[in-house]
Amino acid sequence: MSEQQSQRPRGIGRVLVVVYAILAIAATGRSVYQIISKFDEAPVAYALSAVAAVVYIVATIGLALGRRGAPIAWAAVSFELVGVLAVGVLSLTHPELFAHPSVWSTFGMGYLFIPLVLPFLGIWWLVSRRRALAPTPAAAV
Amino acid sequence: MIIGLTWTLIAIAGVVGLIGVVAGLLKMAPNDLILGGTALVELGLIVQVVVAIVAPLVGNDPTGDLLEFWIYLVTAVLMPPFAVIWGLVDRGRWATVTLGVVGLAIAIMVYRMHVIWTVQVA
Repeated sequence: MSEQQSQRPRGIGRVLVVVYAILAIAATGRSVYQIISKFDEAPVAYALSAVAAVVYIVATIGLALGRRGAPIAWAAVSFELVGVLAVGVLSLTHPELFAHPSVWSTFGMGYLFIPLVLPFLGIWWLVSRRRALAPTPAAAV
Repeated sequence: MIIGLTWTLIAIAGVVGLIGVVAGLLKMAPNDLILGGTALVELGLIVQVVVAIVAPLVGNDPTGDLLEFWIYLVTAVLMPPFAVIWGLVDRGRWATVTLGVVGLAIAIMVYRMHVIWTVQVA
């Protein structure tokens, strides 16, 4: 087994990557559809959907790359957490901005709150992996 | 869409999904049952593709947006092969969970496709 392979996520991390990939695909597909067919109806919500979709793609890639992708994964997962919380609050306080659903509206209720839970799982995974890798100082990115 | 096919597909994908998640959590590596089930789901999705092409031609028109419907369907068709490839790299219990999660996701997507085709709330 090569050095590069051993850096890739193993075990439960692989499931996390798959869940991220599914959400990335779902958000991207929906966003592409919204932008093609009815962007004018709710530009804020649909632009946000597109941003969210890109962030999920970046997070998926960052997590899939394992150790090398850690900085990317951290950035994307943090952005998601802020995004889902900020948009979740705004969609309740300023519903006129979000007349049409985006991934993060109402804390991701339309996606079974998975968008709210995922960033926490992502951070947990990144932290636990960093701890597991801690004995090899050269690995610090 | 054909309602019988839709529910059959949702049922198979859902059962494969549940078996996968449970078997994986019980530390089982992917076996013939879960891989065969995933193959069956893929076969069902391909049948669904054919049905979705033929149905409008014979008067079974969707009430919703065909573009949205096809985005779901194409995505769903691509998911099982990717899940199998991703699982084969690391054939442990988590590969089984992966196949299960994908099965559950497909069950939800097929249900969503059914809603797009038949029920319009907006």
